[in-house]
Amino acid sequence: MKYAFILMSCVFAVLIPATSSAAMRALACEPEWGALLQELAADKVSVYTATTALQDPHHIQARPSLIAAVRNADLLVCTGAELEVGWLPVMLRQSGNPKVQPGQPGYFEAADFVNKLEIPTRLDRADGDVHAAGNPHIQTDPRNIALVANALTRRLMQIDPDNVAFYQGRYQDFAARWKSAIQRWEKDAAPLRGMPVVVQHKAYPYLENWLGLNELATLEPKPGVEPTSSHLSEVLALLQRQPAKLVMRSAYNDARGADWLAERAKIPAVVLPFTVGGSDRAKDLFGLFDDTIAQLLKGTK
Amino acid sequence: MFKHNTLAVAVAAMTLSPTLSFAADGSDLQSIRNEIDALRQNYESRISDLEARLKKAEVATVVAPASTPYVETSNAPVPASTAAGSGFNPDVSLILSGLYTNLSRKPEDYRIAGFIPGGEIGPGARGFSLSESELGFSANIDHLFYGQANLAVSPQNEISAEEAFIQTTALPAGLKIKAGRFFSSIGYLNDQHSHTWDFVDNPLVYQAFLGTQFSHDGVQLKWLAPTDTFIELGAEAGRGSNFPGSEVNRNGAGAQALFAHIGGDIGVSNSWRVGLSYLHATPKGRDYAETDALGNSVTNSFSGGSRLIGADFIWKWAPNGNGERQNFKLQGEYFRRKEAGDLTYDTAVTAHSDRYTSSQSGWYVQGVFQFMPAWRVGLRYDLLDSGVVDYGSNAANLASVDYRPARTSLMFDWSPSEFSRVRLQLARDKSRQGAADNQLFLQYQMSLGAHGAHSY
Repeated sequence: MKYAFILMSCVFAVLIPATSSAAMRALACEPEWGALLQELAADKVSVYTATTALQDPHHIQARPSLIAAVRNADLLVCTGAELEVGWLPVMLRQSGNPKVQPGQPGYFEAADFVNKLEIPTRLDRADGDVHAAGNPHIQTDPRNIALVANALTRRLMQIDPDNVAFYQGRYQDFAARWKSAIQRWEKDAAPLRGMPVVVQHKAYPYLENWLGLNELATLEPKPGVEPTSSHLSEVLALLQRQPAKLVMRSAYNDARGADWLAERAKIPAVVLPFTVGGSDRAKDLFGLFDDTIAQLLKGTK
Repeated sequence: MFKHNTLAVAVAAMTLSPTLSFAADGSDLQSIRNEIDALRQNYESRISDLEARLKKAEVATVVAPASTPYVETSNAPVPASTAAGSGFNPDVSLILSGLYTNLSRKPEDYRIAGFIPGGEIGPGARGFSLSESELGFSANIDHLFYGQANLAVSPQNEISAEEAFIQTTALPAGLKIKAGRFFSSIGYLNDQHSHTWDFVDNPLVYQAFLGTQFSHDGVQLKWLAPTDTFIELGAEAGRGSNFPGSEVNRNGAGAQALFAHIGGDIGVSNSWRVGLSYLHATPKGRDYAETDALGNSVTNSFSGGSRLIGADFIWKWAPNGNGERQNFKLQGEYFRRKEAGDLTYDTAVTAHSDRYTSSQSGWYVQGVFQFMPAWRVGLRYDLLDSGVVDYGSNAANLASVDYRPARTSLMFDWSPSEFSRVRLQLARDKSRQGAADNQLFLQYQMSLGAHGAHSY
């Protein structure tokens, strides 16, 4: 037992007291939901964002810092639709926090509140990293953000009933600004309708659906499989028959495949922020779509 | 009803006061007033309750219509799974693994010089073999418990329950209790399944002190501190029937373990975890085969106490926290074990018992670098110190060996997806005295079924 005593003393010696704060604590799995919480809850919620725009949300390490953040959270806001299947379940299990387990009010999956695209008709890992619930990258259509904002506001009211009026006011303000922003974006993006594009990963079906883009090919031979030189050559051959206006990738994707193709097909390679923080301009949700549309308009020149 | 009647009586009493007031004395009136006050408070609180509910309902309707302009079709949540029967089936995963082994020395006489053997040690059989295949089931059992079982099928067609445990999911204050058979959470590697290892085999120090991997039937309590830094403390009590313990017919626990883990991030690109562990086992009649000083094969037996302390660290790096293209991890562990008790030499014939004490240590350090998507290279160095061994009067028959077993391993692996991996490992193993054992392993590891989430 002597060893045990030494062990415990060492541990308590470095025990750092928890930062106590009156605000509710929320953990956003992805930056877009962190930004939305900021819009809807302001200082009523202190937000910890688990990932950045430069990380692939499919592949995140269940790091000790994230487990500690889940342990202390009152609310988890994640995409769902199996996007976080490789890391969130283990963090939830290791956190020992009953408030944020699936099914509890403290567990919020944004994808539950939108209509999902690309729901596979067959489930086979030979098709790559497909998600049974449909494509999880719902945040690339601002109309989905509006739906999630509505559902998230109700959830905030449910968890924090003392501030119902505050959340209601924030939501109405955000919804009005968002509605007019969508009208502005749709006007700006009118020339993009029908534009043929190539994407790196199947990250943009919601964006394409919203703006009427025409996706000709993907650089990944299968979802989640890195581009191979043989597949890139096939895409290049396709573009010679059926030209695209641009090749787009997300900020977290490796640049080489898109650059290789852009150079040979003589089309611009654009980097879309994909989420908040993915570019200098994408500082918040409004900047995210401002920059996304500005990047896409490069294909019309 | 009683209260309403009282109210009625009270009201009547008030209105009829001129005629009846003489009938009620002061104290009666006071008690009636008190009751009326209590009733008023009761009704007021109920009314304000109703008002609050009404307000909430209004808020819900105010929030709802604002979104309708964007809705093209119904936004009712779509249930993920509608199949009533199979929807509740646990997640099933199957690990398939195969191995080709080429060894320059005979695996039959493998041993780690100077260390009492136990558990499953050594490089395994030569040639082609099926390494462990594993079938895993897991699911939430109900609102309070989670359950998991991993059945391992050995190359000899034996099925064993590698892990089979239940765990609480709803305890407050960061507490969790696990019960059943599980890998102890001591060290860094001990509770990780073999398909998540970065090398074909476990480090020598795990083979020498824990029989490759220590599991027990028992209970585990874990507590995660409410801090921003990850601090996890845990304690275990178990049957202790596996090496370094032994099967003992008794009530109570044969092994106890304590562990503490601390971890965090440094910037966005680095993360780390360090740990301390303690394991105490009380084997009784722990038999092992040995070659004595005269070269005879004998079976000896140890009874006493075995105490193991360990320290571990892991550091992971990925540029911007995105390990897709490149990442690196460095890990190391140190263990020190003290055993004290009685050793019986040659249980079959001589059966001579005397005191036995040993103090031995060992460590490993390994680095694994992913230099391009799907491709990794790793290097590991193992070193053990047979330390001080006192056989008492058995020293006449059993020579203590002054030797430092060491091993260097180099591995390359290729993972075309997160579900498949092919690995080549080359090792120069100097566990035994004499010539080094040059080892080559070619291995595949594939996982089917449920998407496994790997711990840090």
